[in-house]
Amino acid sequence: MWRHQLMTTSRCFSTSIRALHWWDHVCPAPKDPITSVTEAFLADTSPVKINLGVGAYRDDEGKPVILQCLRDAEAKIAGCDFLESISSAVSSKLVEESVKLVYGKDSDVIKEGRYAGVQALSGTGACRLFAEFQKRFHPESQIYLPNPTWSNHHNIWRDAQVQQNTFSYYHPDLKGLNFTALMDDVKNAPDGSFFLLHPCAHNPTGVDPTEEQWREISHQFKVKNHFPFFDMAYQGFASGDLDRDALSIRIFLEDGHLLGCAQSFAKNMGLYGHRVGCLSVLCNDMKQAVAIKSQLQKIARAMYSSPPVHGTSLVSTVLSDPDIKALWVKEVKGMANRIQTMRTNLQESLWQLGSSLNWQHITNQVGMFCFSGLTPKQVDWLAREFHIYMTHDGRMSMAGVTTGNVNYLANAINEVTKYGVHTAQHLGTNLSSMSVFVHHS
Amino acid sequence: MASSMLSLASASPSASLSMHDTLKGKVRLGSGNLTAWFHKEKSNPFINTKSSGRISMAVAVNVSRFEGITMAPPDPILGVSEAFKADNDEKKLNLGVGAYRTEELQPYVLNVVKKAENLMLERGEYKEYLPIEGLAAFNKVTAELLLGADNTVIKQQRVATVQGLSGTGSLRLAAALIERYFPGAKVLISSPTWGNHKNIFNDARVPWSEYRYYDPKTVGLDFEGMIADLKAAPEGSFILLHGCAHNPTGIDPTPEQWEKIADVIQEKNHIPFFDVAYQGFASGSLDADAASVRLFAARGMELLVAQSYSKNLGLYAERIGAINVICSSVDAAARVKSQLKRLARPMYSNPPVHGARIVANVVGDPTLFDEWKAEMDMMAGRIKGVRQKLFDSLSAKDKSGKDWSFILKQIGMFSFTGLNKAQSENMTNKWHVYMTKDGRISLAGLNLAKCEYLADAIVDSYHNVS
Repeated sequence: MWRHQLMTTSRCFSTSIRALHWWDHVCPAPKDPITSVTEAFLADTSPVKINLGVGAYRDDEGKPVILQCLRDAEAKIAGCDFLESISSAVSSKLVEESVKLVYGKDSDVIKEGRYAGVQALSGTGACRLFAEFQKRFHPESQIYLPNPTWSNHHNIWRDAQVQQNTFSYYHPDLKGLNFTALMDDVKNAPDGSFFLLHPCAHNPTGVDPTEEQWREISHQFKVKNHFPFFDMAYQGFASGDLDRDALSIRIFLEDGHLLGCAQSFAKNMGLYGHRVGCLSVLCNDMKQAVAIKSQLQKIARAMYSSPPVHGTSLVSTVLSDPDIKALWVKEVKGMANRIQTMRTNLQESLWQLGSSLNWQHITNQVGMFCFSGLTPKQVDWLAREFHIYMTHDGRMSMAGVTTGNVNYLANAINEVTKYGVHTAQHLGTNLSSMSVFVHHS
Repeated sequence: MASSMLSLASASPSASLSMHDTLKGKVRLGSGNLTAWFHKEKSNPFINTKSSGRISMAVAVNVSRFEGITMAPPDPILGVSEAFKADNDEKKLNLGVGAYRTEELQPYVLNVVKKAENLMLERGEYKEYLPIEGLAAFNKVTAELLLGADNTVIKQQRVATVQGLSGTGSLRLAAALIERYFPGAKVLISSPTWGNHKNIFNDARVPWSEYRYYDPKTVGLDFEGMIADLKAAPEGSFILLHGCAHNPTGIDPTPEQWEKIADVIQEKNHIPFFDVAYQGFASGSLDADAASVRLFAARGMELLVAQSYSKNLGLYAERIGAINVICSSVDAAARVKSQLKRLARPMYSNPPVHGARIVANVVGDPTLFDEWKAEMDMMAGRIKGVRQKLFDSLSAKDKSGKDWSFILKQIGMFSFTGLNKAQSENMTNKWHVYMTKDGRISLAGLNLAKCEYLADAIVDSYHNVS
């Protein structure tokens, strides 16, 4: 309302003045909670600074990595002219290979072509396409997002104007899965609700259901006729094994769910800046697959027309060349292993420092992130005094940890936690009402 | 939805961990026995409420939530290329999509682009995320290209520039900004305009209406109509203008007409919103083609400008462009930029890096930039040459005395032939000439060798079909 007010009163101004002030009512946007961490890190001049913010893989020297398989793919496609006429063929190849990766190349849905697949602008773009599609064809539906989830999920479904809810997921005391509450929320949601699930390496918590728990969830979804939408951003990063990381989706597939899946190649292929991903929606038959694909393309056409070809060609080359693909599989395992090693190292360092807190979750949690349990105050303290950056929810990207900085990191964490008792620590009781925080400045 | 499913839930209260535990092992599902069904009032014939096993559950419903979804209509522009590909006739000609072709009718990768890509390959640059607003080096050069590096608005830092996914993506960001900050404000688009403009504003939930533009009688600009419609629009409307080489008509206002358009826009407190997809393609000169935008900026107006590098750098498939918002103050520009970022984040998080690096390298390097200007000139020149030959052929073949000079007057890649839908269909069905049904032909897809054939087709369609 106030905007109209502003515009009305502004009409009283002379025309030339009014024409100059269209944007007066535009406020500065709040900073994105994840990218702003990188901004703060970049602005810090300390030589010991550590960026544990954005989930981008780093090697043991803390440097970004270009995978060898990508260099091979770049060399292979160099000199090929990527022209608009070729890009659609490349795009189709990408989709074909992507769905095989997630559903398994021998799965029935693949063999029968019962999927609508379109290339998307990485994971974000795939989620947004689906959210717009959901809004268009189920305008009254809601999306249930896990609590917590990647912050941008909330933005995506909100901007697509789909009402959102959350379902229980993380148990802050156990630093693990709150399975009972999760199942309750699944049961209590209205039949036929849309749910967003992280198939592996949950972001931000790193807490994944076990195989048995996934089967239970899938079963309950059948009972309730819920729509499962998977956001697969870390295939390969959870266990190091691409097939194993897709297990949850394949369980749902076996149970006959006609699910949807967003895939990202940002992390597992190191293609962050190229924005390559895929959205697939499973269907009853090919006819429906063709119809749904046409609708997804229509939505994409009004958003960005078509995806950028360079990254597409790289992924398509990697996935369809057996040698390059084999190299990729090895490199993904290498990345996952390094992160696993860093988890172990950090945990050991903390124990060696004599920290009395329970750091079991560092190695229990899976994937790129560790949901440390650090409070916002502690996070700020780490940034201010130790030049260590992470998101306010205490999420640490383990990819930013190296053999060179792990001891410094352990020491810093120990410093900020040794006087603070946050919820349900090693004593296993809820001490939140008694928490004492000594600010060390 | 599927309320009948609740009956199973209540019949099997032990649908819990313990029950599940008894059913170990995977149940391999074939899909052959599953049929699509979905009626609220029907009870689920597959659910066996006696057996509480997961097995019977798993055999049940393989229902798609998207059962009733119908096939989307083919895109009128991209659909042309698809139809062309499917045609086996050797005389076929694709004058559909506005993608530049050489005289041999082959796609063309600019030499400067190859050079830039080689440089990038040698450097082996990282593939890290760009910031949400895109590559800083790209944003800088793109604004300078548009406005001139020494333009006051740039020196005063009053331009909010955000890298976007080519023209479409940049327009969509702008549309989202309009929807959020000017709810209810209308965008006026020319009649006709590029087909995807409507889709973009529809999907962004921005209301739009048309202003008169093309005059079929003169095959020229309906200037009076345009001005009248701009005057009649509610104050504070957004006016979508094509910076140069209007798509689909090829008809641009003259400099004097631009001045009058700016007058009316200022008078009515409208906001000018430029779509610049062909900078360099209209006249062959990058600066000359930006004259309309610079005219408005010079008047101190606030405006929006979407840019695309698809055509002028041949980077169609890399999706590189930008949205620029020229504001009255540095502070406004900063705030607007932050909100554009906020809109981009839930759309795609951050834009693709490859095309941005190419543009930054080409435009930012004086040698490459000069080479680009020369290639630009060559491409625009080829199109002008083809226009001339087509005009000559038409004048020679058509004895009716019809004035075909609009072919020469129209600017850029496209020509609005004045052919109607039936006539355009004749072009395709009889002559295997692929074009859009609004009578638009892309001269970029024409070469000197085929001008006579095309002239025959046009003359035939124009005179023998109604």
